[in-house]
Amino acid sequence: MPISWTTNVDEAMSDARSNRKLLLFDFNAAPM
Amino acid sequence: MESFIHQNFVPVKIHIKEQPQLFERFGAQWTPTIQVLDAEGNKRHQFEGFLPADDFLAQLRIATAHAAFARQQWDEAERLFSSVAEELPESDSAPEALYWAGVARYKRTGDASALGQTAEQFKRRYTQSTWAKKASVWAA
Repeated sequence: MPISWTTNVDEAMSDARSNRKLLLFDFNAAPM
Repeated sequence: MESFIHQNFVPVKIHIKEQPQLFERFGAQWTPTIQVLDAEGNKRHQFEGFLPADDFLAQLRIATAHAAFARQQWDEAERLFSSVAEELPESDSAPEALYWAGVARYKRTGDASALGQTAEQFKRRYTQSTWAKKASVWAA
């Protein structure tokens, strides 16, 4: 199962609150 | 790795050219920077620079332990820190995990001997690590 990344921080924060998860931010410069 | 991430985290990629304002907002100054935050946006762990997969995963496990620590879930924090130290003893993250396991045990028990015991462990293991120096003040 590949990692399913999002780029939407606000949705991710809402998702984290709803599902009692932490946020994992990968600040990067590699091609998306 | 993938299952651990999805069980514990909502993973977000933030590209320096696409969302530079988020680098500013969250204080990221270099790439790659990895931050772990709770759902309220409080930063619980950060590291910079590339890490191989095993070391990356060890740091994420430490991040989950710090998040438990911040929730004052001392049992859970101690269990998570100890699991990194015991299961990945050769990893660069092991001395960091050993240090924080001692702190969590002290917070759980209120017994300062937990810190002294941790300092004793650092006399035998990871003696050249920064974490051994930090723990040295706890020695009896």
